[in-house]
Amino acid sequence: MSTHATNQPLGRVEVERLTIRLGEGQQAFEAVQSLDFSVAAGEFVCILGPSGCGKSTLLGALAGHLTATSGSLRVDGQAVDGPSPQRGMVFQHHTLLPWRSVLDNVAFGLKMQRIGKAERRHQAQEFLRLVGLQDFASRWPDQLSGGMQQRSEIARVLINRPRLLLMDEPFGALDAQTRSKMQELLLDIWGRFRTTVVFVTHDIDEALFLADRILVMSPRPGRFIEDLRLDFHRPRQASLLTSPEFVQLKRHCLELLRHEEGRELPRLTPLGLPTDFPPLRVAL
Amino acid sequence: MTSLHRWPLRLASLALCLLFWQVATRLRLDLGLLTFTYVPTPRSVLDAAWALAASSILWDHVTSSLGRVFTGYLIASICGIALGIVIGRSRWAQDSLLPPLEVLRPIPAVAWIPLAILMFPSSELSMIFITFTGALFPVLLNTVHGVEGVDARLIASARSLGAGRLAILREVILPGAAPSIVTGLSIGMGTSWFCLVTAEMISGQFGIGYYTWESYTLQNYPDIIVGMLLIGVLGMGSSLLVKRLGNLLTPWYRTGGRRG
Repeated sequence: MSTHATNQPLGRVEVERLTIRLGEGQQAFEAVQSLDFSVAAGEFVCILGPSGCGKSTLLGALAGHLTATSGSLRVDGQAVDGPSPQRGMVFQHHTLLPWRSVLDNVAFGLKMQRIGKAERRHQAQEFLRLVGLQDFASRWPDQLSGGMQQRSEIARVLINRPRLLLMDEPFGALDAQTRSKMQELLLDIWGRFRTTVVFVTHDIDEALFLADRILVMSPRPGRFIEDLRLDFHRPRQASLLTSPEFVQLKRHCLELLRHEEGRELPRLTPLGLPTDFPPLRVAL
Repeated sequence: MTSLHRWPLRLASLALCLLFWQVATRLRLDLGLLTFTYVPTPRSVLDAAWALAASSILWDHVTSSLGRVFTGYLIASICGIALGIVIGRSRWAQDSLLPPLEVLRPIPAVAWIPLAILMFPSSELSMIFITFTGALFPVLLNTVHGVEGVDARLIASARSLGAGRLAILREVILPGAAPSIVTGLSIGMGTSWFCLVTAEMISGQFGIGYYTWESYTLQNYPDIIVGMLLIGVLGMGSSLLVKRLGNLLTPWYRTGGRRG
């Protein structure tokens, strides 16, 4: 637990002329178009944009769940080719396995590495402590609140020591107070792990509060319209939200996003288009 | 266990049915379309049941029926779950396997009798085959449905955490589909018993279904009802057993997030 920090920083992201088409036939469209950007190792980047602009699609491609139609994605020089424990993903709603206790959910990644039961449970307990859930290890995921579920999810992803932490509006479904607590918790954890974070959100306050850098995205086809670097002092506290510099930047972001108003797009997911529930085919 | 106060009503409902039966048969109720004139009274059924219970033959009837139902059911469960997982996971398997199965599905057990006799060397195997057809489709279709219903995000997430194909099947697909599979197993148990009389029409001497059918041909009307009730009770018992076992296997599901 004490040797999280590695000497050579890992988690450098390079994206070149990335285009991703979603849908089939007539309905196909470019969710993101010709994106070029890079993220330094250990950087906390927020991708800010309105619903349906393709920011989740980009995240899904970084995670390896979606394939690029053209262009390339590299992490530390290696092309992204399918999902990997090195690129951990946190969804808006938790994806903890309902049939595993919280502890076994957190230990899941270690189980996949064939680490023994005692050792993986010990480590999982440590990671639960990190997110403040050490007392909830034996619960079922459904017994936790939304905030606790996301905290377990973060612990579960971090136990794999990922180079890249990908977060798709992870606090979007939480109430305002829980959300701001979660933001502080995330910054605290990130302060210890210093993994690269790509955090997708449509909440300007959230992006400004968390990020080293904000990439503002325009909707369909998704392109970056602004690359903002933030140098607010860390550790950051809630008081930052009302500082003049913060408010000024917020105004700037609002203007950028307002520019794109007018059409509402359906939400996209990191797995592509939102899927309907499979049709009921059981007729007895 | 918590619904102890609901039992009086349940028992009263059963008692009322019995009472109606008694009254209808005693009065030889004739409703024109429906007549109770030849329906045996509860009393005569009870006597017939007593006679059967006292005779040594009951045990033979019950064990041969249980053997047939459970053998057919077990094979159907294994085939149904295995096929269901393959069909639910692969579009190719769905297109190649599902159409013929859909054609076979509506064929009633009775229609299988001649073919079953032709296909299998012994009548015992034919009977097992017919109970098998009863259980196969509920198990198969519920498994397919359960597998298809597994949240794609859970699968994606497990892959991101390093799970391979087998691990996904074991850790995500199977438990995710388990509640649906249990439902299929429970329905399949019922339909397996459902097919028993049909199956045992070709039996030589033993089986509750055979006993029921034989009683009809010999015009022992009270015995028919004894056979029917016996099938009902055994079927209900086995379904309950399957449900209990299923609940033990899916503790996270039944409790709705409450661990005992």
